[in-house]
Amino acid sequence: MASTTVTLRVWRGDAGQGELTEYQVLANEGEVVLDILHRLQATQAGDLAVRWNCKAGKCGSCSMEINGRPRLACMTRMNLFEPGEPITLTPIRTFPVIRDLVTDVSFNYAKAMEIPSFTPDPAVKPGEFRMQQADVQRSQEFRKCIECFLCQNVCHVIRDHPENERAFAGPRFLMRVAELEMHPADTADRREIAQEDFGLGFCNITKCCTEVCPENIKITDNALIPMKERVVGRKYDPLVWLGSKISRRPHHDTPAVPGQRS
Amino acid sequence: MSDIERLGYDVVVIGAGGSGLRAAIEARLSGKRTAVISKSLFGKAHTVMAEGGAAAAMGNVNPNDNWRVHFRDTMRGGKFLNNWRMAELHAQEAPDRVWELEAWGALFDRTPDGKISQRNFGGHEYPRLAHVGDRTGLEMIRTLQQKVVALQQEDAREHGDPEAMIKIFAETTITRLVRDGERIAGAFGYFRDTGGFVLFEAPAIILATGGIGKTFKVTSNSWEYTGDGHALALLAGATLLNMEFVQFHPTHMVWPLSVAGLLVTESVRGDGGVLRNSEGKRFMFGYVPDVFRAMYAETEAEADRWYTDPEHNRRPPELLPRDEVARSIRAEVKAGRGSPHGGVFLDVSSRLPAEVILRKLPSMYHQFKELADVDITKEPMEVGPAQHYVMGGVEVDPDTAVSHVPGLFAAGEVTGGMHGSNRLGGNSLSDLVVFGRRAGMGAVAYLDSLGAGRPRASDADLAAAQAEALAPLQRAGGENPYTVHAEVQQTMSDLVGIIRREEEIKAALAELENLRERAALVSAAGGTAYNPGWHLALDLRNMVLIAECVAQAALERQESRGGHTRDDFPQMSAQWRKVNLICSLDGDRVALRRQPMAPMRADLMALFERDELAKYYTDEELPPAPAAAPAEESH
Repeated sequence: MASTTVTLRVWRGDAGQGELTEYQVLANEGEVVLDILHRLQATQAGDLAVRWNCKAGKCGSCSMEINGRPRLACMTRMNLFEPGEPITLTPIRTFPVIRDLVTDVSFNYAKAMEIPSFTPDPAVKPGEFRMQQADVQRSQEFRKCIECFLCQNVCHVIRDHPENERAFAGPRFLMRVAELEMHPADTADRREIAQEDFGLGFCNITKCCTEVCPENIKITDNALIPMKERVVGRKYDPLVWLGSKISRRPHHDTPAVPGQRS
Repeated sequence: MSDIERLGYDVVVIGAGGSGLRAAIEARLSGKRTAVISKSLFGKAHTVMAEGGAAAAMGNVNPNDNWRVHFRDTMRGGKFLNNWRMAELHAQEAPDRVWELEAWGALFDRTPDGKISQRNFGGHEYPRLAHVGDRTGLEMIRTLQQKVVALQQEDAREHGDPEAMIKIFAETTITRLVRDGERIAGAFGYFRDTGGFVLFEAPAIILATGGIGKTFKVTSNSWEYTGDGHALALLAGATLLNMEFVQFHPTHMVWPLSVAGLLVTESVRGDGGVLRNSEGKRFMFGYVPDVFRAMYAETEAEADRWYTDPEHNRRPPELLPRDEVARSIRAEVKAGRGSPHGGVFLDVSSRLPAEVILRKLPSMYHQFKELADVDITKEPMEVGPAQHYVMGGVEVDPDTAVSHVPGLFAAGEVTGGMHGSNRLGGNSLSDLVVFGRRAGMGAVAYLDSLGAGRPRASDADLAAAQAEALAPLQRAGGENPYTVHAEVQQTMSDLVGIIRREEEIKAALAELENLRERAALVSAAGGTAYNPGWHLALDLRNMVLIAECVAQAALERQESRGGHTRDDFPQMSAQWRKVNLICSLDGDRVALRRQPMAPMRADLMALFERDELAKYYTDEELPPAPAAAPAEESH
């Protein structure tokens, strides 16, 4: 089996400061970046902070920037790199560093809490839901999301503009709004708050989020753009307006959840 | 100890996977202040890795299905060593728990008439697994996570604080449970990001920590599976049941080595995939054991007809329970008929059109394409067995989930009994929500019975817990925890793995004795803030302890059954079926004893043919044979 030595430049430090530290680590055929980090921990740097869990691309924990590109370390194969090419590993940039490659992603959990939850018709009892595959499929695509937050990290609205964080939920959570809006059994109306509270208007569809999504979810095309259309349609289209009056959706908008923003 | 933060709750749930979240939701719905402790971030627990589905006899695809059929399948899968009351509750309540998830927003795949679709799986007589493609666990955890958020939003409205009634403590590890006399008084641990110590003061604690996979070398389990709940329970005076039963799931990736152990869902076989050896032969036809012979197809033609006409054909042997398939694969490889990288071939490419594979098995397609450059719509996969699940675990009351320690409850993989000697695929996700809810209810009932006086942790216990946790950081010159961990894994995989023998298990026990001493003397470099070396040093205690339980129980049980195969005792024994093996701690040593199994209730026994029971039970246990038909006097 082919083994080689690779050069890793790993960002080491904490919230205060840090720097790239260079290591030489053994790599075997077929390995991914996370394997190399584990070998580094086991042999040279036992206290190197790396967040990971499933090592199977299913939990979304090991997000980091690999040669500047946001990726999952467990799904980044070593044969992606040229032989001898140093590999630079840095924490995802949009969120504050806790230590080494681990960042504080609590922003995302706070945003998740602001979005009005699934609101089924209370008259439909468990076991009585009837939905067609064609109707659930749209939201199912968004529910493939593993919450790696790479889309949140790469989105330029907040990547270099922390001042926008309050007014912008980010692609992952705008997609969550879209998911609920397209859920066949949901009755709430989140279109106004999508625009007003979660900052849908900030998105100028550069598709960076879609590009980094390890689940290949078409975030921009299938969630954000249709959501923008719904918001616009609701505002300007008299037929949509009339339809909303006679549909089962409540006449008033569902408000954002209170008590979430200090 | 002024540096220990104290937080008071009614219920503390350790573990934030399917069972932990379901338990926490139940406690919060009953008005109890609830904390959920998670080693990972919220929504990352091992449940996300479950692929195939949640087994529940809803009868949406085959109306003949009902809880009795599911109960029978579960008992057969576990070779009748299951706690029959747990299997009964599970089969009865699983449909309601799945429908409840749907009412909380889960979007399962649908039948043409708009109901929840159900898929075939090994050992299940009818299509029974509610699923979402091959990412059902993710759907379950996200739904439960979002239900917790929905409750927090209610609390924000009512109390002005979303975390007033239920709070998630992410990246937090518990190292000790503390008691007041016999009763549980709290849980001591540390926040992983800072290393700060914390005492959760609570009279009711629910263990929902999952399994023990990281004691083995090749496993589909995540890093979290270090047997924490098993060990915490033992150390707090509770007992573990039948720890010898470890499930080696038959199909995982074997190549590249980096992903060896990555799960290949049983759905591949449920949806039509077949296993072949290097000669291209569907070898499973040669491995159907006597107890299952009548239920499985004898020819490829019959097996293939079953997918479209299950009423008139028997199921393919690729869908035998997991233990049977895993042993068969191992036998083929040993006989020299394996694939190039030491597995066998799992082929779906010649069985289903590419677009069906992409729709039904998207994660599998993705996983093989990205990590092995294999296109499963065009070529077969190479697969082999790896450690996947532990059937053994904390001994609990089936109805209330309470252990032998007052105030200590458990649910999910950390418990024992439900799955007997072998778990059927799909029965884990349903187990999580059925018994997660029951553990929540059990804890609530216990709290309501407590009255005013709450148990209190003693300062001496806290000081000891803190000293134990700090020791690896303060000790200089000790061994590297990563090295000791790798040796524990190697020992268990080599000597107490899928096939076991007396000499090897004894060698493992001797080695574990040595590793136990080494684990107690490791050093972790660095500080307390997010230090994985230190975290591993603390997890080692749990892994070594649990490995000892598995090895001791494996040595004691002199038969082969389900997830325990003894090369030197290859037969299943009706005498051993009556025996549960119980681990406890005697001082700091693992003690093992035999405990008779409670006889199955007559009405449940009556769900089986006597002939079938006779394959598992001793004659004395069997219901009386029906009086033989009077012989005709003349022909």
